Amino acid sequence: MSPLILALGLLAVPSANAATIAMEDQSQLQPASHAAVSQFRPPQESELPDNAYGKLVREGYALFVDTQRLAPKYVGNGLNCSNCHLDQGRLANSAPLWAAYPMYPAYRKKNDKVNTFAERLQGCFQFSMNGGTPPAADSSEIAALSVYAYWLASKAPLGVELPGRGYPDVAQPAKGYNLAQGAQVYQEQCAVCHGGEGQGQKVGEHYVMPPLWGKDSYNWGAGMHRINTAASFIKHNMPLGKGGSLSDQQAWDVAAYVNSHERPQDPRLVDGSVEKTRVKFHANDGVNLYGQNVEGVLIGQGIR
Amino acid sequence: MMSLERVLMGSALMLLLGNAHALEGRKIFAEGGSQPGAMPCVACHGADGAGMAAAGFPRLAGLPAPYVRKQLEDFKGGSRSNPVMQPVANALTDAEIEAVSQALAAMPGPVPQAVYRGDMPLNAAQKLAQQGAWERQIPACASCHGPAGTGLGDAFPPLAGQPAAYLAAQLMAWQNGTRHNDPNDLMGHIAKSLTAEEVQGVAQYFASLKLEAKP
Repeated sequence: MSPLILALGLLAVPSANAATIAMEDQSQLQPASHAAVSQFRPPQESELPDNAYGKLVREGYALFVDTQRLAPKYVGNGLNCSNCHLDQGRLANSAPLWAAYPMYPAYRKKNDKVNTFAERLQGCFQFSMNGGTPPAADSSEIAALSVYAYWLASKAPLGVELPGRGYPDVAQPAKGYNLAQGAQVYQEQCAVCHGGEGQGQKVGEHYVMPPLWGKDSYNWGAGMHRINTAASFIKHNMPLGKGGSLSDQQAWDVAAYVNSHERPQDPRLVDGSVEKTRVKFHANDGVNLYGQNVEGVLIGQGIR
Repeated sequence: MMSLERVLMGSALMLLLGNAHALEGRKIFAEGGSQPGAMPCVACHGADGAGMAAAGFPRLAGLPAPYVRKQLEDFKGGSRSNPVMQPVANALTDAEIEAVSQALAAMPGPVPQAVYRGDMPLNAAQKLAQQGAWERQIPACASCHGPAGTGLGDAFPPLAGQPAAYLAAQLMAWQNGTRHNDPNDLMGHIAKSLTAEEVQGVAQYFASLKLEAKP
């Protein structure tokens, strides 16, 4: 373990300072408790009709699971949609598309307007995929992905929050989080797939195991940069196939460790200033380290 | 400052040592180790290390050295049991294990033809391989072994082109506990969730993937 990590560990970070400035943000979704509610079931591929609609659904599916290869113009990193939306966007508690689609159009504080589903997808491209200018709302990519999401949501009620939506909130442990403990969880549980330096693993040119930080990961504007969001994703879904096996503390520690590393700059960067960007977009956006000093190092400087 | 002569001498020595190591590994592969019982790999895994599909003996050529080393050590330690391989591994010295692992990694293995994640699966086995069965917390085989079963890094071995009998035997070994040498039980818990039909299905699927000779 590097001395830096050990040093970081001395700094057990309590919960983020409660900023009171009104600002744009994209809060962690807070679905209600759904303990005893039965799960929505998306349709099977075998039910797809053999017509133009079925063909477009298949195109959307392909884009969703093979995004780097099929939409290189709009993907600036090594990720696919299905890295954060497991089981090709079908899995409950892994931000399933069938729970997202029926909730749009919706107001989002992130850009202070009512967003259509197309605009929501554009946001994914811009931040999670670090893709620069996203595909146009009437592009073939957005059309195919929207149709795929619509199909998965077949027979779902409109405007009703379904159980399993988003990554159900895992509350921050009373002791806060600890980066050194997170580093240890990472090396023991995550590094075998994501690499010792969060770099992911490739076959040929394409990533199979997603990079978690560095130039090929999500940028500082992506929802996953929030420690609370990453902790919830990790708790429910990681290690792959062993969701729920980490304690809440482990999930928070490792989420903080991952999100204490540099990644591409927030594309909303204000006047080239990390501090101004922090105040405008990050100071009240859940728990995150953007623009903060950790052991004398300013986090959020971005990486190319 | 180091003279050019010394640098050259040093490089020549390094080359010679590296070569000797490789030769030793090749010798173990072809003729066996120094101790009794250390049978040559070639006897079961074929002259080019490509395995023998009919007998269920896996391909070794081109496997990552750390993976091969770990398997031989695990045969010794008992976390992977096999009546044929355990006596062989027990008879190999640590240096021989290292040498033969390096030699096998250096042997040319075939590369699987590209399979893309975006291709919609056509049958149940392919669906399991490319999408998983998440209602039972089973991720896609492809998510760790690569869409074409290429294998990833040192921990996730290639599946494409391995004999179906070998792949099925390994899944069953995880099911019955005779193999438990995977990192964090990542494979074990998946294998235990598979039905007998699924074991055969995915084994045949990966065995059937087309291979190309390494360029």
